[in-house]
Amino acid sequence: MELKIKKGLDLPIAGVVTDDAPKAVPVQRVAVVPDDFPGFVPKVDVREGDAVRAGQALMHNKGCESVKLVSPVSGTIAAVVRGERRKVLRIEIEVSGNDAAEYRLPADADGAAVAEVLAESGLLAMMRQRPYDIVPNPADRPRDIFVTAFDSAPLAVSHKFTAEQAATMALAVKQLRKLTSGNVYISRRNSADCPDVDGAVMVNVDGPHPAGLAGVQIANIRPVNKGEKVWTLSAYTLLNIGNLSRTGKIDFSTDVAVTGPEVENPFVARTVMGAAVAPLLSGHLKPADHHRRIIAGNVLTGVKVDMDGFLHFPYTQVTVIADGDDVDEFMGWASLSPKKMSVNPSYPGSWLHRLFRPDARTLGGRRAMIMSGEYDKYVPMDILPEYLIKAVQSGNIDAMERLGMYEVAPEDFALAEYADSSKQPLQQMIRQGLDYLRKEVE
Amino acid sequence: MKSLRKLMDRVKPAFYGGKLSSFRSVYDGFDTFLFTPHYTAGVNGVHVHDSMDSKRTMTIVIIALLPCFFFGMYNTGYQHWLAAGETVFPFWELMLYGFLAILPMVLTTYIVGLGIEFISAQLRHEEIQEGFLVTGIILPMILPIETPIWMVAVATAFAVIFAKEVFGGTGYNIVNVALVARAFLFFAYPAKMSGDKVFVATEQILGVGPKVADGFTCATPLGQIATASGGDFTVTGIDQHAISASDAFWGLIPGSFGETSVFCILIGAAILLLTRIGSWRIMLSVVAGGLAMGWISNLCETPTYPGSYLNPVDQLMFGGFAFAAVFMATDPVTAARTNTGKYIYGFLIGVVAVLIRTYNTGYPEGAMLAVLLMNVFAPLIDWCVVQANVRRRMRRLTNVENQLDAVEDNKEAKEGE
Repeated sequence: MELKIKKGLDLPIAGVVTDDAPKAVPVQRVAVVPDDFPGFVPKVDVREGDAVRAGQALMHNKGCESVKLVSPVSGTIAAVVRGERRKVLRIEIEVSGNDAAEYRLPADADGAAVAEVLAESGLLAMMRQRPYDIVPNPADRPRDIFVTAFDSAPLAVSHKFTAEQAATMALAVKQLRKLTSGNVYISRRNSADCPDVDGAVMVNVDGPHPAGLAGVQIANIRPVNKGEKVWTLSAYTLLNIGNLSRTGKIDFSTDVAVTGPEVENPFVARTVMGAAVAPLLSGHLKPADHHRRIIAGNVLTGVKVDMDGFLHFPYTQVTVIADGDDVDEFMGWASLSPKKMSVNPSYPGSWLHRLFRPDARTLGGRRAMIMSGEYDKYVPMDILPEYLIKAVQSGNIDAMERLGMYEVAPEDFALAEYADSSKQPLQQMIRQGLDYLRKEVE
Repeated sequence: MKSLRKLMDRVKPAFYGGKLSSFRSVYDGFDTFLFTPHYTAGVNGVHVHDSMDSKRTMTIVIIALLPCFFFGMYNTGYQHWLAAGETVFPFWELMLYGFLAILPMVLTTYIVGLGIEFISAQLRHEEIQEGFLVTGIILPMILPIETPIWMVAVATAFAVIFAKEVFGGTGYNIVNVALVARAFLFFAYPAKMSGDKVFVATEQILGVGPKVADGFTCATPLGQIATASGGDFTVTGIDQHAISASDAFWGLIPGSFGETSVFCILIGAAILLLTRIGSWRIMLSVVAGGLAMGWISNLCETPTYPGSYLNPVDQLMFGGFAFAAVFMATDPVTAARTNTGKYIYGFLIGVVAVLIRTYNTGYPEGAMLAVLLMNVFAPLIDWCVVQANVRRRMRRLTNVENQLDAVEDNKEAKEGE
């Protein structure tokens, strides 16, 4: 199946990985952050000082107890960090030993058993459900399952999967097909990046970001309707479902692209999910006397972390850019400098094929929606983004339903948020809208 | 620039909690104008933003207006010299005269309008919004040069308060603020806003310009057409030479300050289109609508409505049509926001503008009323377009439900067997 996405934009940011052979980086401490898993209300199952194995549950979901978040390493619980009103911010684990929890996912397990094992092993938490962009409920049966095998986000590195990995994925697809009466779709750039996987519908996707987002692919293949549920996951999670059914263990190692204009020789690090950021960056940052921003993830959807922070789900990228809060730019709005990144032709930089070194400033104050049609160019779905955002702003549930709220996730609006000259926090608005809709409808 | 930054930092405490707290919005306005604000993206959400912002958007519109503005200065002087019967036109004196004629109006709109903006930003604890920067220069450009200053002040205050601030400020207004100000004057003081005494400056300003005879009158081309009787008329300028469509294209004719030169308006249009600030969909469809209605009225030409003798292209050249198509109809806040809606909205503006100027001889020009009317209808047009999207989604849902029903029926039928 071929899919051509026309709308969108590949942000021309400096700091591209040139050598994608992974370098091993040792891991001392990892953290699991429940906020990375929307819809998961954490209840902590471990205490500080407890010994845990890799794959052992750390937290379960209050709403659905069989869904777990598990430890990616073997070691001891170093801290359960809580914030206001005792909200669990993260659980930190000090790495030691090599114990791993085992799960049994036999080839002849039925659908309910598969869902249960996925929930218990923490793999279900790495999947998402549309509508609402939340961790799925193992009791649900999705209409279709969409797997993304490439990443189109700015500076992301797409993994090349081998034939052997494709065979492991085929095992996983076999298990997942027990959960859905529809198809398991796997999207890839081309067959060189990911060989055909038995049992799945392979989708070759062409086009700029957001072509790699599951939501965009779903919207262009078979959109989500009211009352339907669709699950999405990355090829890494699919691979782990295959690992689970083959060996009973999950491979928590991950390749993280360390990217961005502030990184000297951007590279790919082989580390563990949730690893501390500092060892990845030490010795790799360009010397600078300005403030920096470390982003766990890509510049569009990542999370800002400090130097002592940790990787965030989906654990595949770290981007470092200048922060910009220490820059005094005189009349920046009138600038004709070719160094300014913009999609607007009034900036000379937009005419040049060059890479930019943007910082984290919003570059303007927040305004009401003034220009029209700015969002449409970056949301390749049959949706009217402006009207959906207005429905969210006014808390109009009926309008949200009619305008396609069930089809979207915050990440689908990330590029629109980038381009918005009114500087509105669109992703945050969509997240709040989804949570509100879910609260009112369910 | 460092010393300027230091100065701004030094005076900041006075505005934040100090003696001058009630002018905080003024400080913010200047600070964000002079220096790109330090706010950075949040913990979540997009970490890099496009360099485009509201200040630049508005500035580009102002730059696009400048050719018309400078031409308006020259033309105001030129018409004054013509009215005085001069035959030599010294360029810089003409420009100076035009500048002195328009300056009080521009100062008035900015002082009154920005004053209200600063006050409402202060009351709402928001940043100053840039929308009025454009309104403030556009309004003098669409007024007759002889409009009394106090009227400009009253109209600006009325429009900014009742057409914009009561709705929530820039981005929330339903109708174009500058046009509301003009419509306010047009209906409140019709004698001062139309006719044959207001479109040419007749007084000497600070001793600049030749003396014009008392009781001088000269109507705009459309004004002459509206009052013409029968089908046999020629439109003439101050010096009694006939005004052709090409004169109207270059713009040395009587009319509102900034609207006469189609050539300069086209330069502005090019700037707006190249920077993708103006919508080509709207501009194109306004022109298409004007041509279509002009063609129809020209087909059924009748002495009752002398405007119907104008051919469709002339309709585009005369009056405020071109200015409205490029600068008024394209205001993104008050125009239709969906792409399909923009075509409909623009086309109807073109049609209604020509319809009014041709078939309502009481109003020589219809562009202003056409844009205002379609501003009001834009949300309805958009609603219809949005409903098409909604219907597609609902149809998909019904299809799914039908399929599910069919599956259920099959199951039941099988179980029945």
